[in-house]
Amino acid sequence: MSDSQLSATRAPSAGVSLFHYASPQTFFPLAGKLLWPSWIAAVALTLAGLYTGFFIAPTDATQGDSYRIIFIHVPAAWMSMVVYLAMAFWCAVGLVFNTRLSFMMSSALAPTGALWAFVALWTGALWGKPTWGTYWAWDARMTSELILFFLYCGYMALQAAIDDPRRADRAGALIAIVGAVNVPIIYFSVKWWNTLHQGASVSLTQSPSMASTMLTGMLLMALAAWAYTIAVALMRVRAIMIERERQTDWVRQLATGETKA
Amino acid sequence: MKPRQKRFALVALGVAALAGAVTLVLTAFEDNMVFFFTPTQIATHEAPQDRTFRIGGMVEENSLERGADGTSVRFLVTDTAHRVAVTYTGALPDLFKEGKGVVAQGRLGADGVFAASEVLAKHDENYMPPEAAHALEQAKKAQATVVQ
Repeated sequence: MSDSQLSATRAPSAGVSLFHYASPQTFFPLAGKLLWPSWIAAVALTLAGLYTGFFIAPTDATQGDSYRIIFIHVPAAWMSMVVYLAMAFWCAVGLVFNTRLSFMMSSALAPTGALWAFVALWTGALWGKPTWGTYWAWDARMTSELILFFLYCGYMALQAAIDDPRRADRAGALIAIVGAVNVPIIYFSVKWWNTLHQGASVSLTQSPSMASTMLTGMLLMALAAWAYTIAVALMRVRAIMIERERQTDWVRQLATGETKA
Repeated sequence: MKPRQKRFALVALGVAALAGAVTLVLTAFEDNMVFFFTPTQIATHEAPQDRTFRIGGMVEENSLERGADGTSVRFLVTDTAHRVAVTYTGALPDLFKEGKGVVAQGRLGADGVFAASEVLAKHDENYMPPEAAHALEQAKKAQATVVQ
């Protein structure tokens, strides 16, 4: 055995190693501790973001007040892509390292990711009617986002259809990893093709093309979406851990109150 | 190679192969993925002749003419290099404006006039308060007078 493997197995005594939390038994209490801070951050950031977006930010010169959809639409669309990449990441880790917890993380993220994709599509449709003149158009951006929503649904449906959790995890991982190629397509669609959807207002390479208070509100809402996603995913992963590990000693001890959650 | 490294190599190889395949497919479908054609593409006969398609560009300044019946309009769509005349009967979206983006679906007539059945407004990625937009316009006008 090499030195690094030895230190990994000895982790609990030698400081905090990330591998220490790779098992459900040790991650469960940590997730519980992170839960409240995440919820508080989510609520606080949402209130701050909505206030900035709806009371401080000015109206838009061409779109009037209907542009305020961006405070929900843009964070939702961003999160729908980020969550999918996170799912694909955990699935890849699970396939490579054969860790149970990675697949549980992926399963816990899927419903929230699907929710974000749905919110992005729905708010976009409501905004599209007054501004473009149509609820829906089959342009590359919208079509690829719709495919993302279907990928989430397919992942959840496939996992639910297979009884053996290990086989369900592997089948789901295939959808998650294969579907990840869709994410860069969504992101770059407005650059690669002529689309009805406008280009990015905020990107890493250019200065944002929007007034600063509008941008502040949007970024606050994006952070709120992150915090909410983390909080909900932690709650869900705790439920999944207990459900899947119900035969084990640590869950039994939890149930009888021998250890604290 | 340890089993773990082998599995990692398999996953990485799979993703790489898939990305390559998708790239090839998207490149092959390049022409069919466009939502609209530009006036330049129409001028060079890249747009389909015998079926409906979409045309996209800017509504040229001072080109909008309203018909006597009040619902039919005629305007020029330009991409600064070429322009195409578009006729349309019906309500225009709120954001439809001269100098702004537009996407129209319809058919190109033999006379080179595009008969649209649907007109959508395409707007840009700039968001600014009305005062800022006004200031920009003033600056543009001031510059134009200096040039003249």
